[in-house]
Amino acid sequence: MKTSRLNIRTPEGIEFSQHIAGPVTRFLACLIDWFCIHVVLVLLGTIISLVAAVNANFAIAFYVIGLFVIGIGYGIVLEWIWRGQTIGKRLFRLRVVDVEGMRLQFNQIVIRNLLRFVDSLPVFYFVGGVTCWLNSKCQRLGDIAANTVVIRHPRLYEPDLDQVLAGKFNSLRQFPHLAARLRQNITPAEATIALQSLLRREEFDPIARVKLFEELATHFRAKVEFPAEATDGVTDEQFLRNILDLAYRSKN
Amino acid sequence: MIIDLQKFIANERPVWTELEATLNRLEAEPNAQLSLEKVQRFHELYERTAADLAKLTTYSSEPETRRFLENLVSRAYGDIHETREKRSRFSPLTWFFQTWPQTFRKHVRAFYLSVAITIAGCAFGGLAIAFDPGSKPVLMPFPHLLQDPAKRVAEEENSTYDRLQGHKTSFSAELMTHNTKVSILTLSLGMTWGIGTIIMLFYNGVILGAVAVDYIRAGQTKFLLGWLMPHGVIEIPAILIAGQAGFLLAVALIGRNRRVSFRTRLREVSGDVSTLIFGVALMLIWAGFIESFLSQYHEPVIPYEAKIAFGFVELVLLCLFLAKSGRKNSTE
Repeated sequence: MKTSRLNIRTPEGIEFSQHIAGPVTRFLACLIDWFCIHVVLVLLGTIISLVAAVNANFAIAFYVIGLFVIGIGYGIVLEWIWRGQTIGKRLFRLRVVDVEGMRLQFNQIVIRNLLRFVDSLPVFYFVGGVTCWLNSKCQRLGDIAANTVVIRHPRLYEPDLDQVLAGKFNSLRQFPHLAARLRQNITPAEATIALQSLLRREEFDPIARVKLFEELATHFRAKVEFPAEATDGVTDEQFLRNILDLAYRSKN
Repeated sequence: MIIDLQKFIANERPVWTELEATLNRLEAEPNAQLSLEKVQRFHELYERTAADLAKLTTYSSEPETRRFLENLVSRAYGDIHETREKRSRFSPLTWFFQTWPQTFRKHVRAFYLSVAITIAGCAFGGLAIAFDPGSKPVLMPFPHLLQDPAKRVAEEENSTYDRLQGHKTSFSAELMTHNTKVSILTLSLGMTWGIGTIIMLFYNGVILGAVAVDYIRAGQTKFLLGWLMPHGVIEIPAILIAGQAGFLLAVALIGRNRRVSFRTRLREVSGDVSTLIFGVALMLIWAGFIESFLSQYHEPVIPYEAKIAFGFVELVLLCLFLAKSGRKNSTE
């Protein structure tokens, strides 16, 4: 089954997952790499043309070998130095990693880059692209042989809960025993739904947002019944904020 | 029960920041050696962050922090749990005189398979030319091989100018890169369960057999040996070793009678495949030089006997090297 995540379970029992890069992103990174190789070859050609004035035979030999070595060595050297990244992969936040999460070894880098010869057959990485499309981990033949997978590191930001939780007086806190019971009754999944709905409030259509908050508030009201003096005059949205305040912050 | 997320983040953030800084340092300097205290601290940071991740996954519902921690733990996991031997310092001499020939011998059966397929191709090509000389353009669609052997030998021997004059270095560079590409392709096609590798080796054999029989039938055996042996005794084994590496991949892929996982099988051969192909590249560099600077010169410039003797010496040395080098220190 095709998956967009690489799941790894450590001996400590910790499970984590990473985003697997799709074929389109990989192809775009590859285009950038081709462009970089082209630039290097143009520079090499300029140097060679100077050498050719002295010795044309040697200059041609140097260029032929340079063309070959740069074409093959670009990926091997950069992925080794930058631990699984080339210029294209860096720009698209991609990285080659071991399929079991281990440290990437030089042999693996060599094999995945040499097998580009078969992945690029007959033209434009057709074999590699089709294999990538069909493979559950989006691996081309080189990745399968080398036990590697290309992952994507999305830009990560630490959460800013203050934007939804800070500010107003929380009338529910006047009843600490009920607040404690509420925390017991809310599951992480329910809290996530409430948090995400508040974080994305601007993305909703106003009518849909009112309806969503109403449904969520009704759901949470059923969890623990607070006295009327704590809930009267509190909008559904504010009620949700109060619920999250209790859920995520156990103390005042 | 959901934890107090803000307090939790505030308390644990210094640990995550320190772990991230350590990982950044390790990634920037892959060969850096950590002191024992730093390794212990690194391990402690990893375990604590892993525990934080577990706590967060179990008790809290905050996805962004979880992803941030997953990223940290995954990076540290690769460094902490890697069990494969980390090579000390790479020594080219040790690699050349020990690792490469030992690896060749370790998988010599795959090499024999390469030889057998190439011989089968030679037999096919040779018989085809012997029984149907008209099939030459089909078997060898290369203009320089289609010429009548006797005519070519006469032209080469009567030639008064050096047609490679001023082009030897570039010609040898073209030979090296072309042959290395063919070898890498032969290796890579191992991923087609070995079918592509078999086709490449067989086809090489067909051309070789056809050329050989074509020249032998024309009574030009001595020229043939003098022309092919100096570079061929290195170049042909190099292609065979590339085939050997391709078969290693194929065998790992098929995994017949093996009870280890597909990934483990490929992991087992990856180092050996790399070693073999680097050895092949070295052989082809040598063959390229010889083909350009020696093989293309015939009598009266260089006597055929000298070229054949040179090729024979190369072959003996190659056989001795692959069979004996590194044997004392080998565990085989």
